[in-house]
Amino acid sequence: MPIFEAVRLALRTIRVQKLKSFFSLIGVLIGVTFLIAVVSIVQGMNHYMQDRFANGLIGVNTFEVRRFPNYDVGNVPEDTWREYLRRPRVNYQEAAFLRERVHTPTIYARTCFEDLWVNQGTLRGQIEVRAADEEYFRIKNYRIAEGRTFTPQEARSGLAVIVIGDLVREKFFPGVDPIDKELTIAGLPYRVVGVVEKQGTLFGLSLDRFGIVPFLAPARRELCAENVVHELWAKSAGPTEMLAAVGETEQYMRIARKLEPDQANNFYIETAEGALGTWAKISRILFLALPGLVAISLVVGGIVIMNIMLMAVSERTREIGIRKALGARRRDILAQFVVEAATLSSAGAVLGIGTGLVLAFVVRALTPLPAAVAPWSIGLAVFLGVAVGVAAGVYPASRASRLDPIVALRAE
Amino acid sequence: MSDAIIKIRNLTRLYDMGGELVHALRGVSLDVARNEYVAIMGPSGSGKSTMMNLLGCLDTPSSGEYWLNGEEVSRLSDNALARVRNREIGFVFQTFNLLPRATALHNVELPLVYAGLSAGERRERARHALDQVGLSNRKDHRPNELSGGQRQRVAIARALVNQPSILLADEPTGNLDSATSEEIMRVFGDLHAAGQTVVMVTHEADIAANAARVITLRDGRIESDRPTRDRAA
Repeated sequence: MPIFEAVRLALRTIRVQKLKSFFSLIGVLIGVTFLIAVVSIVQGMNHYMQDRFANGLIGVNTFEVRRFPNYDVGNVPEDTWREYLRRPRVNYQEAAFLRERVHTPTIYARTCFEDLWVNQGTLRGQIEVRAADEEYFRIKNYRIAEGRTFTPQEARSGLAVIVIGDLVREKFFPGVDPIDKELTIAGLPYRVVGVVEKQGTLFGLSLDRFGIVPFLAPARRELCAENVVHELWAKSAGPTEMLAAVGETEQYMRIARKLEPDQANNFYIETAEGALGTWAKISRILFLALPGLVAISLVVGGIVIMNIMLMAVSERTREIGIRKALGARRRDILAQFVVEAATLSSAGAVLGIGTGLVLAFVVRALTPLPAAVAPWSIGLAVFLGVAVGVAAGVYPASRASRLDPIVALRAE
Repeated sequence: MSDAIIKIRNLTRLYDMGGELVHALRGVSLDVARNEYVAIMGPSGSGKSTMMNLLGCLDTPSSGEYWLNGEEVSRLSDNALARVRNREIGFVFQTFNLLPRATALHNVELPLVYAGLSAGERRERARHALDQVGLSNRKDHRPNELSGGQRQRVAIARALVNQPSILLADEPTGNLDSATSEEIMRVFGDLHAAGQTVVMVTHEADIAANAARVITLRDGRIESDRPTRDRAA
């Protein structure tokens, strides 16, 4: 019997017993749903972490010299944490030393930052105020939507000028041109000279709630102590240059701090890759756990299908007898039941792909995650559907194919 | 004799019933010529069912020879037997044995599926076979929408659709009332008149009387083998 004939027969059998068929394929359905949804969400998460978190928050070819890691502090042991706090802060001499010594073309920007209350007329609110060298705009790849960044003159003299984020413009200058208007920080008015293009959100938090003042501006005193740099930002031309620059930066920081070869770094160089470390760990665990979870549902699904097929064989013993009497060979009967099991299981896989897609789209619609369905996961799901069906169908089908036609014809 | 479609020589069949050997057939020899109409009779336990299964290639003998349409079929493999059943034998059962969920047309198509015919050709031939038994207007009905006589006619159409060497009927009227039985016997008579070889197992003498020749089995042996006209005379 040709295979498509068997599939047609299987589909007809499934159609006449819709409810029973549905229940029998629910295990496969759940397994496949899980596979599609988890792969989509994890991949979406990967994208998100890569694009928005790492590249948005840190940036391509960009790194920071800091006292200790910024994005990995939630789960460090107590003594590590105490060691972090004993470390010296990055200072102006070290920043200058790096600028002078590092050969790989790299731009550096000292920054200090803090959430501060600011006001404009009667409007009052908290924004992240960052005092930064003018290179900071280039390092962060900030495009200026209106106005300009600091002039070298403003930077050098530490004039009271400010470049604001889109949310700050929206909040403090609704419906008016903010350029040359004033924003008061710690009692001192700052002239708005530019607005940075909208950066969007990360995990639902706005990335546009900031104002940047020259590093030497008076507001720096509100942000950090004299001779302290919270984050020394740096950027190189490309990935290889960045690797070299990170190496050199580490080396010269150690020299600047007179660290012996056996001493560990008492500073931290944060890169996008490093910040992704925690997430990479989580996603690796998910991808390790996924095959297990999918396998369990599929094995359960396969056992259910096998049982259903064994029931089908005993319910349809007479049918098997009739088919044999009319000339069905063993392999025809075998094919019929294997194909039926595979069709059943594939139907489960197709439904599972459907619900998995729906889940992924729901996640995409309701969360900032760009849950993206991986085509390979659909291919894998279809393959698994067929494979589970074939595996579950072989035993019942071989029992069916071995039935003695005389005995089978006598069955009620 | 050269035109014998069934040639049986010294056929025996032993069953092992839990260590005890039961002789269902104890050496049967007979010939059935092309276009004969034979009834096999006998009380229960006489070996009629065993005979039926062997003739239908559903079972193989313990010893002896069975030539069907010139082919020795008593020693064939399972697959080869399936092919013989498919090509050479048309079964008609007491309980009709139609697939309950399939339409009449699909039931009739079934042997052709295993013969490997294309869907178009199958439908064509199945329609023709239903036509032959006068059921072309019922082809899309399921068995439970048909009367007993109609069901048996669907089964006959199915038996004929592969143009088998023999039509093998096992108590074909056993589940039918007498009027319907007569109707089915008329169909058999017509088929025989059109050249079909018919072998029918029955325990009803009046049904067997429709055949031209009656073979009576008793205790696994042929007790008598004679034309019905002789008996009637």
